[in-house]
Amino acid sequence: MDHGAPMLEVFGIWFNLSNVMMLLVAALIVFLIAFIATRNLQLKPTGMQNFMEWIMDFVKGIINSNMDWRDGGRFHVLGITLIMFIFVSNMLGLPFAIVVNGDLWWKSPTADPTVAMTLAAMVLILSHYYGVKLKGLKGYSAGYIKPMPFLFPLKVIEEFANTLTLGLRLYGNIYAGEILLTLLAGLASASIFGFAAGILPMMLWQGFSIFIGAIQAFIFVMLTMVYLSHKVADDH
Amino acid sequence: MFFDHLVLGATGEFLNIGDILATLVIFILLMLLLKKFAWGPLMGIMQQREDLIKSEIETAENSRLESHKLLEEQRSLLKDARTQAQEIVENAKKQGEVSREEIITTARAESGRMKDAAVQEIANERDKAISAVREEVVALSLLAATKVLEKEISEEDNRQLINETIAKAGEVQ
Repeated sequence: MDHGAPMLEVFGIWFNLSNVMMLLVAALIVFLIAFIATRNLQLKPTGMQNFMEWIMDFVKGIINSNMDWRDGGRFHVLGITLIMFIFVSNMLGLPFAIVVNGDLWWKSPTADPTVAMTLAAMVLILSHYYGVKLKGLKGYSAGYIKPMPFLFPLKVIEEFANTLTLGLRLYGNIYAGEILLTLLAGLASASIFGFAAGILPMMLWQGFSIFIGAIQAFIFVMLTMVYLSHKVADDH
Repeated sequence: MFFDHLVLGATGEFLNIGDILATLVIFILLMLLLKKFAWGPLMGIMQQREDLIKSEIETAENSRLESHKLLEEQRSLLKDARTQAQEIVENAKKQGEVSREEIITTARAESGRMKDAAVQEIANERDKAISAVREEVVALSLLAATKVLEKEISEEDNRQLINETIAKAGEVQ
């Protein structure tokens, strides 16, 4: 379980090829699901279209619970893409892991801190961008001394804490799930007794990981909208 | 150490800028592609449905108002027609009454006239008959007197005499 990572240096920039591949796989799966589901759109929805519309309404509900639709409508596409991408990413590492020459290739991309932190940082940077864009530099800056000016240091810390917790919560949950799955898989493949002992907890933990993956995708999008609404909405 | 791989960033002694770039590029590309190929059309169709429902509701409301208006119109028309019919019946009744009176009056007048005419006729006939009888009686009396008395009297005198006699006889009767 002490696997390495397939690293590659291009022009002095290091790539973890496993991450790149898994991100591409996740993106491809999400795109295919969404693309196939939205072919042959009809006013009376059927099958997959129903499912996609349910996801849209679900994300719409998340946004509406945080801010006015007039402000939040622009984040609809971001929210849907995020929730599907993260959910699919979380699921990818569950059925199996592939290790080639001691390098871990197949895993959840969100089980990598860099990927999770990148997504979180992207969301937080977006929130600052839209804060300035929608409320002006003055309104945006005023947000740091509300409700009391002496809270300013805490407000600054909050921004970094938000970024860290958003990313690490996702990473920690998924990574922990995969670690335990790897341990159980190691136990199950060790001997016939290990298999007998490991198969039940393995199944239980995989089921639980599906639940965790779904919950984490939901929480990530929920918090994204909360942070965005802090910066964008006039009052809350 | 056994737990070395659990430490954040333990995969290397360096920051994986490549991973950061890859994540951002892949995610943003995915978002743009999905917006173009999936979310855009889906949102369009949902918006379209919303509009359709809105317009359907509006149409239904309009036709409801329309039918209500028509119903009111029909109701008032029916009421008018009923009043008119009543009026017509009333008029006809009145007309009938008047005609009846007229007919009865006419008939009564006619019958009265006919009766008077008949009475007149009867009176005339009686007078005529009486005078005819009287004439006959005079002639018969004259004949009888001539025969009975066998006396030579001028016809002129005789006639006068007999007329007097008959007049007296009529008075006695």
